[in-house]
Amino acid sequence: MLNAAIMAAEEGSSPLIPNLWELLVTVAGFAVLMFIVIKYVMPAFEKTFAARTEAIEGGIAKAESAQAEANAALEEYKQQLVESRTEANRIREEARAEGAQILAELKEKAAAESARITEQAHVQIEAERQAAVVSLRAEVGTLATDLASRIVGESLADDARSGRVIDRFLADLETSSQSAGAAK
Amino acid sequence: MIALALPAATTDEGFVPPTIDDTHYRDIFPWGGEYGVWFEGGFGKQMLMIIFSVILIATFFILASRRNALVPGKMQFLGESAYGFVRNSIGKDIIGGRDFMKYVPWLFTAFFFVLVNNIFGAIPLLQLPSFSHPGSAYAIAAIFYLLWVGIGLKKHGLKYFKLAVVPSGVPWYILPIVVPIEIISNFIVRPVTHSLRLFATMLAGHLIVTLAGTAIEYMVSTGSILLQGTSVLVLGGAIAMYMLEALIMVLQAYVFTLLAAIYIEGALHADAH
Repeated sequence: MLNAAIMAAEEGSSPLIPNLWELLVTVAGFAVLMFIVIKYVMPAFEKTFAARTEAIEGGIAKAESAQAEANAALEEYKQQLVESRTEANRIREEARAEGAQILAELKEKAAAESARITEQAHVQIEAERQAAVVSLRAEVGTLATDLASRIVGESLADDARSGRVIDRFLADLETSSQSAGAAK
Repeated sequence: MIALALPAATTDEGFVPPTIDDTHYRDIFPWGGEYGVWFEGGFGKQMLMIIFSVILIATFFILASRRNALVPGKMQFLGESAYGFVRNSIGKDIIGGRDFMKYVPWLFTAFFFVLVNNIFGAIPLLQLPSFSHPGSAYAIAAIFYLLWVGIGLKKHGLKYFKLAVVPSGVPWYILPIVVPIEIISNFIVRPVTHSLRLFATMLAGHLIVTLAGTAIEYMVSTGSILLQGTSVLVLGGAIAMYMLEALIMVLQAYVFTLLAAIYIEGALHADAH
């Protein structure tokens, strides 16, 4: 080996003969580099990778939960909307029914009232008529007696006289009724 | 021994091709030379570059991984992409299972160690792929050879050797042929090719660039218009080769790491093959 190296050195080195120093430096360099890689580089990178994976997965989980929450809220709102719509419909129906009922009651009441008023009016009119008849009858009696006494008090000789008496009577009657109307 | 050095031209006028020794730069620290001819390179440029690459890679990845931000900055993103590439595309896809994480530091270190040292060859002034020196290539291949043999022994005990060399489902009468082939291919050829593939591609690329540079220098210095004109063509070719070499530098780093991962996987699941 030594001879070969010397021979090679004489002719120009053989490219295949290693320089022991280079060999050692390479091994040492590799060892040092690998130590640094194991000690510092790899843990740092792996930590970053793990943290990133976690961050992404955490983010996805968070987004999923937020989505689920939003869906639940939407579902709830829809439910509430349907409920309130039903409720509104129910209230409207009730109001309508109630209104109709009230209207009918009012109509009925009004009809009853008008019937009552009509009835009352009839009764009153009848009473007044009755009263008028009574008073008229009394008055007619008085008038008749009055007239008769006048007629009887006067001489009944000629027709002219009796005609005058009747005219006077009628005129009296007229004035008395007029004065009665004015007194009123 | 194979001497790649072309026979030196004897005439003064002719072109003197560069030799392998031209790729070895002079000693930077003189005390490296006292170990004699074995270590005549001394503590040279190549070793400094290996140390430099370790500092460079370590600094970059420590800085890139330090901030630990969920939303990475440019540097952290680059570091994470690089780490994620080796971790997932090589480690996870090849070795797989739950236990690939144990081997990610080996693959990660190997990939960037080889990659940066290769790319040194494409950087002006540095201009030397560290793995064009055989010592480095042997060393890093040996590390992985020991690693995957160790993994196999730890996982399967001594039975690992039987699992590795006796393929299942082969008729007994073929075994005398198959077993020696498997022994040679798995335990001898495999580590040798693992190292030589890296070393040879890097050396070849490096030699081509050196050769082109020397040739251009010679052609320009001849004073002949014809040769000076031709040197432009050589320069164009050299640039194309330089690009190709840059591609091969990246590719070889990937191939080296990929093969390491495949060997580890083979040792881990020797019983399944």
